[in-house]
Amino acid sequence: MKKALKESEHLVRLAIVLALGLMVFLLIRRAVVPAGFGQYGHYRPGTLQDVRARPVTFAGHALCEACHDEIATKKAATKHGKVACEACHGALAKHADDPSALKPVKPDPAVLCVRCHEADSAKPKNFPQVVSKDHSQGNSCGVCHDPHSPKL
Amino acid sequence: MNMNRRELLEVGGKLLFLSGAAQVAVDNMLGAPTAMPDSYKMADHWWGMTVDISKCIGCGNCVRGCAAENGVPRGYFRTWVERYFVKDGDMEHPEVDSPDGAFSGFPTAQHPESKGFFVPKLCNHCVDSPCVQACPVGATFDSPDGVVLVDKSYCVGCRYCVQACPYGCRYIDPEKETVDKCTLCYHRITQGLTTACAEVCPTGARQLVDLKDPKDPVHEFLRVNTVQVLKPHMATRAKVFYKDLDGAVR
Repeated sequence: MKKALKESEHLVRLAIVLALGLMVFLLIRRAVVPAGFGQYGHYRPGTLQDVRARPVTFAGHALCEACHDEIATKKAATKHGKVACEACHGALAKHADDPSALKPVKPDPAVLCVRCHEADSAKPKNFPQVVSKDHSQGNSCGVCHDPHSPKL
Repeated sequence: MNMNRRELLEVGGKLLFLSGAAQVAVDNMLGAPTAMPDSYKMADHWWGMTVDISKCIGCGNCVRGCAAENGVPRGYFRTWVERYFVKDGDMEHPEVDSPDGAFSGFPTAQHPESKGFFVPKLCNHCVDSPCVQACPVGATFDSPDGVVLVDKSYCVGCRYCVQACPYGCRYIDPEKETVDKCTLCYHRITQGLTTACAEVCPTGARQLVDLKDPKDPVHEFLRVNTVQVLKPHMATRAKVFYKDLDGAVR
């Protein structure tokens, strides 16, 4: 027995060197591979949380309507019924979080209305369009139309 | 305890090895699972989008909304709108423009002799994404709920994916020098909101859809309409479905 052990000593030594090498490999691997890597696929699963951590900028019309239900009800029956509040008023999540922190600026009809309603032959034929110069003779759209109930 | 140097090295080496192996084993067992801490279950969703060409008016609200929501630098786009004019069925030579990605809408145009329409574009969140296959470092991936995302801490900015995307939906962030793209507003849709572009679309041309939700109107949309994806010959299994898309669109 003792003789056999002595004769295979070089093999034992080799095994120890290999084992040490494997251990170093595992330790390095543990240090450099992020936790959970490969849980869902070949990527760091923490990325999903990183991407989700971004704060919301548009509150969503449901949140607007929770306070401004009067305007929401008025608008609902009109042709602008399905246009979300923030489509015209801009991103207002900050206002929804704290109404005093950010006061919405009234949109300028000269820019706002024509973006959608200026005539363009690429627009769908059933979409209401005007050539604003001829239509309003330079007047602001708001003189005649209420954007929350646009039909005269 | 008497020990010569050889014995010390042997015993010490064994102990060191065992402690290292034990630690690795314990780590693997505990596994540090990064589960989502809330009620959102990735396995229950399969996100995509529908775009109704017959409703798009080219106002550019989606482009501005996307930039505001995601902090997209000016001059770069995660979504943009193209205007097409096709004359006499000349499908190979449509007149296409997209000034500043339609960030400020379009200058008015009248070509009554041509067929005109708008095409909003964005990441197609392909099931077989060429960009994911091209990424050499595993920074770009398909999430379990069908969204193509980027790990910016892994991205080395090699631009392979920018070239691989057949739809031109990726750009290099000029500040961070890493790639960036549409996340399908992952931070919004995972908390029950719709995407910024769909939220501000005044005509409802763009709709976020969940293909795993049996109650989602997308199933009827896909059943009753003439639906097409962009570049179907690329076999990317794109998940942005266009209704009434003209053959001139590439």
